Amino acid sequence: MATLTLKINGKSHTIDADPKMPLLWAIRDWVGLTGTKYGCGIAQCGACTVHLNGTPVRSCSLPLSAVGEKEITTIEGISPANEHPVQQAWIAEQVPQCGYCQSGQIMAATALLKRKPNPTDADIDAAMQGHICRCGTYPRIRKAIKTAAKIMSQKTSTK
Amino acid sequence: METSSLSRRDFIKRTGLASAALTLGYYMPALAKDVEIVQQQVAASLGIELNAWISIDTTGVVTIINHRSEMGQGSFQAVPQIIAEELEVDLNQVKIVFAQGHQTKYGSQVTGGSSTVRGSYKRLLKLSATAREMLVEAAAKKWNVANSDCYAETGHVIHRPSGKKYHYGELVETASKLEPPKNVELKNPKHYKILRKPLQRQDIPLKTNGSAVFGLDKKLPGMLYAVVERNPRFLGKVKSFDATAAKAIAGVKHVIPVKMRVFSHDREGVAVVADNLWAAMQGRKALKVEWDDSGFPHHSTEQLYKQMREDVKNKSGLSFKTQGDVKMALEQAHKKLEALYETPYEAHACMEPLNCIAHFQGDKCEIWGPIQGPDWVQADVSDLLGIPKENMTVNMTFLGGGFGRKAFLDYPHEAAVISKAVNAPVQVVWTREDDMTQGPFRPGMVYQCKGGVSKEGSIKSFEVKMAGQNMNHQNPGADKLSYNDSVTEGFLETYLRSLPHYSFSDVPLDSPVPVMWWRSVYSSTNAFAFESFIDELAAAAGKDPIDFRKQHFWDGRYHELANKLIEVSGWASRGKNAGYGVAITECFSSIVGEVVKVSRQADGKIKIDKVWAVMDCGWYVNPDTIRAQVEGSIVMALGAATKHATHFAEGKAVEKNFDSYKMSRIAEIPEIEVHVMDNEEKAGGVGEPGLPPFTPALTNAIFDLTGKRIRVLPFSLDEIA
Repeated sequence: MATLTLKINGKSHTIDADPKMPLLWAIRDWVGLTGTKYGCGIAQCGACTVHLNGTPVRSCSLPLSAVGEKEITTIEGISPANEHPVQQAWIAEQVPQCGYCQSGQIMAATALLKRKPNPTDADIDAAMQGHICRCGTYPRIRKAIKTAAKIMSQKTSTK
Repeated sequence: METSSLSRRDFIKRTGLASAALTLGYYMPALAKDVEIVQQQVAASLGIELNAWISIDTTGVVTIINHRSEMGQGSFQAVPQIIAEELEVDLNQVKIVFAQGHQTKYGSQVTGGSSTVRGSYKRLLKLSATAREMLVEAAAKKWNVANSDCYAETGHVIHRPSGKKYHYGELVETASKLEPPKNVELKNPKHYKILRKPLQRQDIPLKTNGSAVFGLDKKLPGMLYAVVERNPRFLGKVKSFDATAAKAIAGVKHVIPVKMRVFSHDREGVAVVADNLWAAMQGRKALKVEWDDSGFPHHSTEQLYKQMREDVKNKSGLSFKTQGDVKMALEQAHKKLEALYETPYEAHACMEPLNCIAHFQGDKCEIWGPIQGPDWVQADVSDLLGIPKENMTVNMTFLGGGFGRKAFLDYPHEAAVISKAVNAPVQVVWTREDDMTQGPFRPGMVYQCKGGVSKEGSIKSFEVKMAGQNMNHQNPGADKLSYNDSVTEGFLETYLRSLPHYSFSDVPLDSPVPVMWWRSVYSSTNAFAFESFIDELAAAAGKDPIDFRKQHFWDGRYHELANKLIEVSGWASRGKNAGYGVAITECFSSIVGEVVKVSRQADGKIKIDKVWAVMDCGWYVNPDTIRAQVEGSIVMALGAATKHATHFAEGKAVEKNFDSYKMSRIAEIPEIEVHVMDNEEKAGGVGEPGLPPFTPALTNAIFDLTGKRIRVLPFSLDEIA
C-alpha cells in the first residue's frame, strides 16, 4: 500500500492503494468516477480509455506507479452538460446503443480531433481501431467524428 | 368477474382519497381475453396488483414506467414514445423510470425475442388514449361543456370554442374520480405526431457524459465485491482449495465454495470476497484450487462437429415440419443438390461483463443489476433462497449489452448465495475471461440441405436436417426426444405455403456445453443454411437470385420488400466487376432483405463495399432506432461470419478474451444503408431480425464474384482464392 495523489479532471485525490493496481480501479472504486469502464483488462477493447496529459491511454493496464503527477482526464472531465462538440455530435448522430463502450470511444475521438481537426477516414480508422463496440455503432461513430469536426471548425471561425 | 363500478366509486368516496395523481395501469382479469384498464386506487381496493404505467401528478409531470430492459435496443425510448402519442404529451414532459421485476404486474418482462414493442403496443396505445379521454372529460366537467368541444394537446386540454385551457396537472384530481371509458378511439397512424418520427433517444445524453448507471457502476454502502474461480470444465467439481495465500491479501474478507445451478447441473467454484474489486481479483490469483474433472468426457470442437456431421448423415431427425413427399419429389427433380453448412459456437461478449449485486437480509433479498429478465430473477432467485417471492425486489440498471446472455440467471444466483453466506451486500463481478469461457454460448450447428428444382426452374423439394444442441433439452427433466420447433426460424413463412414438398428435422446433440439465446437465436444460424441453399438452387435453375425467390412468394408483402430491395440496391444495373448477393429472412414477425456488394482489392483480398437492408416490421415506433438496430445487427453478424468463434479443447473454452476472440472493428465496417417499409401490418421485432440475412447475403455475393461457395463459418475475407 502507498499513499498516492492523483490529479483527475483538475482535482487532486489522495488515495491509499497498491501501486501495482491499474489506474482504472482507482478512478472507479477509490475516486468513484464510474464513467470509465472495465471491458477486458488487457488493453484490447478501449472501454477504459482516459487521457494522461492529453494522450489516450488504457487505464486497465496502467499501474498507478506509472501515473505520477500526470493530469488525468476522464469522461466526466469532458463536459458534464454535454457541451463538448464530440458529445454534441454523438447526440446529433444518435451514436450510443447500450452505451457501455462510448466513454472510451468519446475519449479517443476528442484526442483525435485535438491532434487532427479534420481527420480523414484513415485517421479515424487508426485512432478508433482499438475500440470495440459490440452493438455495432461504428458507422455512426465515423459520421459523428466528422460532424464534431464541423462543429469545432464553425466554433473557431466565429471566434 | 365483473366488479360493479359503484363499489369502486364508493371506495374512493369512502376513503376520501384526494388523488394527488391520476395513475392508470392495466391488469389481466382471470378468464378475460383482453386487459382491463383501471386506476391505481381502485385496483388497491380490489386487491389487484396493477402495473403503474402512467402517472400524472398535480404539477403536470408525467411519469412513465418502462417495464423492459434497456440494453441498447431502445426500449427506453420506444415505450414512452408509444404512450406520449396517445396521451398527447411531449416526450420532454415525461419522466421515465425502470420498473422493478414483477411478473404479476407487468406480465413477461423478459427482454428477448424482440418483443418489447410487438408484445405490448396495442395495450399501451389503449391505456394512453384512456388516460387522455379521462383528462378531456375532467376538463369538460369543470367547464360544464360537452366533451366533444374539448381536445388534448401537448399536456393540456383545450376548449375549442373559447380557447380556454387547463394543463393536465390541474385536471388529475377530477379525472381520478372518473370511470375509465371502455372504448376509446385510437389515432389513424397518418395523424401520428410522435410515433414514426426519428426522435432522439432519451438515454443517449446519459451515455455521452459517463452518467448512465450500468450494473457495474452501482454501489451500496458497505458493499463487498466477489470474484469466483469456477471450474473451467462445465461439469467439473471442486476437490479442495487452499485459501491461505488469498486471505493474506489486504482487503480479502472471505473465501468460500459456491455452487451454481446451470440448467441441469451444478457449476462449482470458489468465491473470493473483498472490500474492493482489485483485492478480490488479487485474492483469486493467489487461491489454489484442485479440481475433480473425472466422470465426464472432455470434449473438443473437432469431436463435437464430427459427431454432428455423422448425425445428419446417419441418423433420422426428429421431425418438426413436413409437407408432401420430399424423397419422391427429389427423385423427380430436374436438378438435385446437396450441401452441408456449419456454424460455430459463439460467445455473447457483451461489453459489460456479467455482474450483479444482491443484498440478502433474513427473509428478504434485493437485487440490482444488468438483467434481461427481472421477473424471472424474482421468481427463480426467491425459490433458490427459499424466501417468499414478494420479498424479492429486483432493480434493473442499464445493460451494457445483453444479446440473450443477460436473460440467464446464473449471475444473480451467485450474487444472492454469496450475499447470504457472508451476510452483506455483495457485487459479484465476472472478469472478461469468466464471461467468455463459462457460457452459455450460441450452439454450434451443422445443416444438411437437400433439394431439387424443376425443369421450369422452381423448387420441387427442400429438405433440411439440422444437428446441434437443443436449448430446451438442457432443462431438468427435459424430454430429449422432443423436436426442435425452432428449426424453421429464419425461413420465410410464405415459402411454407408455396413449396409443395419440404421437410425440417433435427438431430439433437448431447453435449455438456451450456447454450443460450444469442441475438436472433436459431435464425442467426438457420438463415445461413436456408438462404445459402436457396441461392444454390437459384444458380442450379439458372435464375436471377431475387427473381427466383420472388417466384416462390405467395404474399404481396414479400414482393413489395423484394422490389424495394431491387430499387435501393440498384440490383438491375449491378456492374460486372463486383459481386452482389441477396438474402431475405423472417425472424420474430419481421421480414428483412439485405443485399451485399463485394469486390476484390489489388492485394487480392475481398472487400465489402456496401450493404443495403430493407426492414418490414409492420407497425413501428421510431425509424432511426430501427436503422440503428439493423446497422448493429449487421456488424454483429459480420463478426460471427468473418472474425470470431468459440472453440473447445479438453473440455474447456479456448478463446478467453478479445486477443483471441477477434471482434469487428471500425476499419472493417462497410457502408450500411437501411430502409424501413411503411405499412400497418402487425408490429414485428426490431432488435434482432436484421442479423440473420447478412451472412448468407455476404457469402452469396462472394459466390457471385468468385464462383466459390462458403459453407463453413467463420471464414476470412483475406483468404478467398
